[in-house]
Amino acid sequence: MHLNIVAFVIGIIFSLGLGWSGMTDPARVLGFLDITGAWDPSLMFVMASAIPVYMVTWQFVKGRQKPLLETKLHVPTKKNLDKRLIVGSAIFGIGWGVAGICPGPALASVGALSAGAVIFVVCYFVGAKLEGFTNAN
Amino acid sequence: MEPSWINAIFGGIVIGVAASAFLLLEGRILGVSGITGRISELNKGDTMWRVLFVMGSIVGGYLAAQIWTENFTNIMEGSNYTSLAIAGLLVGFGTKMGSGCTSGHGVCGIGRLSPRSLMATLTFMFFGVVTVYIFGR
Repeated sequence: MHLNIVAFVIGIIFSLGLGWSGMTDPARVLGFLDITGAWDPSLMFVMASAIPVYMVTWQFVKGRQKPLLETKLHVPTKKNLDKRLIVGSAIFGIGWGVAGICPGPALASVGALSAGAVIFVVCYFVGAKLEGFTNAN
Repeated sequence: MEPSWINAIFGGIVIGVAASAFLLLEGRILGVSGITGRISELNKGDTMWRVLFVMGSIVGGYLAAQIWTENFTNIMEGSNYTSLAIAGLLVGFGTKMGSGCTSGHGVCGIGRLSPRSLMATLTFMFFGVVTVYIFGR
């Protein structure tokens, strides 16, 4: 039950952060990726401020090995740099470069009632489902 | 209006806080593709919180668009539905195959100093840059 409530509230806060940061503006994202042209580095500050906050939390949680409302951590344990990680990330990067939208800002933009974001998100779910068929093992 | 990099820092801190809270409370990674990628599997007891996260993100996006309207203008006016659809397919497929996107790998994974996430982030950034270089903004 707590997971449902926490997930909902965290979703709201996360989207507010994305909207504030400028990650929801595809033109800014494409400007950030356009390093050989008129590069707009401002979105670098999003990761530069989000990551240190998370690093501190991770050090604390890793030491405890136990979240506050759960009995154990649900964090990825895989270590190997396999082909699926690299190829998948490359395909994601191409899609990111096509429209300047990644999954979080896409959901936030659906809330902003953007028709384009709705189309993106529907196709996003189709793409994820299609990937499931390539990984039948 | 504040310069864009200041908003990027504040937004990034909020993103970091949201991801931190999810880790601290539930021991889970705030990765949008990881959370949404398994919604369609409809596993009992593991679907509702994912749906609620999506709903929270949409509500948060609605609120964010009232406050930082300028950060949503471009996606609201985005009318190239074909490229948004192609991008959505690629992003859905790629993030599922590569086990993560900008939030899960880029913020949480790098924050945990995960080699897989560092590799994934470098890969999708590189391919995003190359795509913008080839196709333009």
